[in-house]
Amino acid sequence: MHRPTTEARPSIYYDYKVHKPWLPSAHATQERKKVVIAGSGPAGMVAALELARHGVPSVIVTSELQVSQGSRAIVFTRRSMEILQQVETADRMTENGLPWRFGNSYYRGQRVFRMEAPHDADDRFFPMLNIQQQYMEEYLLDACAANPLIDLRWGNKVIGVEQEEDFARIEIDTPHGAYTLETEWLVAADGGRSPIRTALNLQMEGASYEGFFVIADIKIDLPLPTERLAYFDPDWNPGNTILMHREPHGIWRVDYQLPAGETPEQALQPESLKARIDAQLAMIGHAGARWEMDWCSVYSARTLTLPDYVHGRVLFTGDAAHLLPIFGVRGANTAFQDAQSLGWHLAFVAKGLATEKLLGNYSAERVGAAREIIEEAGKSTRFMAPPSRGFRLLRDAVLSLSMSEEFVRPLYHWRTSRPHEYTDSVLNSAGDDDALFRSGPAHGAPPQNIRLSADDFLLDHLGGGFELIYFTEAAAIPESLQGVVAAVRARGVPLRVIAVGAVGQVDGADVSLADADGHFRRRYGVQASGAGYLLRPDQHVCARWLTLDATRLQAAFNTALPQ
Amino acid sequence: MTATNKALTIPGLETVYDALASAIDEAGADKTELFLVKLALLNANALGHPERFEQHLQAALQDL
Repeated sequence: MHRPTTEARPSIYYDYKVHKPWLPSAHATQERKKVVIAGSGPAGMVAALELARHGVPSVIVTSELQVSQGSRAIVFTRRSMEILQQVETADRMTENGLPWRFGNSYYRGQRVFRMEAPHDADDRFFPMLNIQQQYMEEYLLDACAANPLIDLRWGNKVIGVEQEEDFARIEIDTPHGAYTLETEWLVAADGGRSPIRTALNLQMEGASYEGFFVIADIKIDLPLPTERLAYFDPDWNPGNTILMHREPHGIWRVDYQLPAGETPEQALQPESLKARIDAQLAMIGHAGARWEMDWCSVYSARTLTLPDYVHGRVLFTGDAAHLLPIFGVRGANTAFQDAQSLGWHLAFVAKGLATEKLLGNYSAERVGAAREIIEEAGKSTRFMAPPSRGFRLLRDAVLSLSMSEEFVRPLYHWRTSRPHEYTDSVLNSAGDDDALFRSGPAHGAPPQNIRLSADDFLLDHLGGGFELIYFTEAAAIPESLQGVVAAVRARGVPLRVIAVGAVGQVDGADVSLADADGHFRRRYGVQASGAGYLLRPDQHVCARWLTLDATRLQAAFNTALPQ
Repeated sequence: MTATNKALTIPGLETVYDALASAIDEAGADKTELFLVKLALLNANALGHPERFEQHLQAALQDL
């Protein structure tokens, strides 16, 4: 019998709500479901919300009765906010989070590098936003609870999976005993230790690094701005690295690397934590400052991914699919991109708008993204926590040189999470004009946001399906294009037309944006009327034309939705 | 390895020889490696040529 704790988790700043378990004894026999999602973390909930946006119902089963313990993911990127905007939780993140864009690296008391993340006037969201994971999960939970297509079952733990030809049979344990649920698709969003991945005996590929980091959240009043702070090789922790981030509610995240050979159990002893945090505070000029521990954990860097995210009727997403290093905020931020991608790919297959080949594309694109992240994050990890004597020597030489030599300082700038560009996606149109554009988002890229007025941005107007952005000064979308749009919609494919450049409402467009100063056209590399961009439901570009015609628009849909 | 037209003259090589030996002594036994890696990075930056640096690595790895 599954017995999740009914005690609210301890926290200085967060009031945990313990939910009632969903009990099979209180419900009728369960018919086969379209989609069951194992896990109510960021990946699971965003997948459910995206599926619901496409009209596909889902059941989320989650083994606990409350949101995650401790702050865990605390830094959210602009692209994550754009994805959360699509599932209507970005406003609450913005209201309660702390935006930032600067990072500082210190060595021997000197600031040796300052990272300045660009903040484009066309972007609604800051490059980074700090907020504790509990809040992010709470906002997503509220959105799920408000959605009639999402059935979230607390206290439901997956204990077995069997696969048939066209469905999966899941054994689920609850505080009132087990029950069986059949589903056409099972989304494994059950986290880094994914029991489903283990049950299917799937092996991840990549590397694990030896260094351990303590992650501690402390309540303390520090008169410092919201900027990332990184300290290399301090006297109190020779050779190792310390990171600090401000969180809401007077909480600071302190991450520090453990000396080689020390076990996580030793590191989490209260006296060890106290001595080290006090030493860190003393080093930054706040010796003796009073603080209180909220939560702590131990972390080690891994760069691992499953080579395929589709296994029969089971689809992996988020940490269940890959384990990525903490450096560069790549956990939840990658999970959002995974889940957004999975949401539309799976919805289109579940609704019969494309064949299962589309799920192969989900896997190919997101495995590709994970591999790109592993490549980039591996560089950061080798600098932050050198895996061998040679890497340690080089890192130490760079620290030493950085005191006087400008050229090595960019090595301090570990690359932060950014949206993967699906440059080689099979969904990209082969016969379009992508190669002829000199600027603007290319094949597979996420869209460039555009500021339309003080509080009105392009991405506010997008979402829920394919988007055709058509640049025109005419009063109507050409009839031949409207014919393709109508035929695509008649198949059930959600498609909206955004007209850009005309003064009034354009016939045949769902949204008309004036673009009086030509700013939108310039950012999209468009010089004349008649150009267009086709965005997929995850907003990534799959085709663009300098001169759009009906034949090539139809061809783009044929490519984007393989039959 | 092929000599380039920037190769050291014999007096130049002798000067480098003495200067490097003295600098290693000045760095001290426990900082020699760190010093040499810093020097390699400075020289690599001045060289501005990752492929040629790779050739230097291979040449230096021979006959250790």
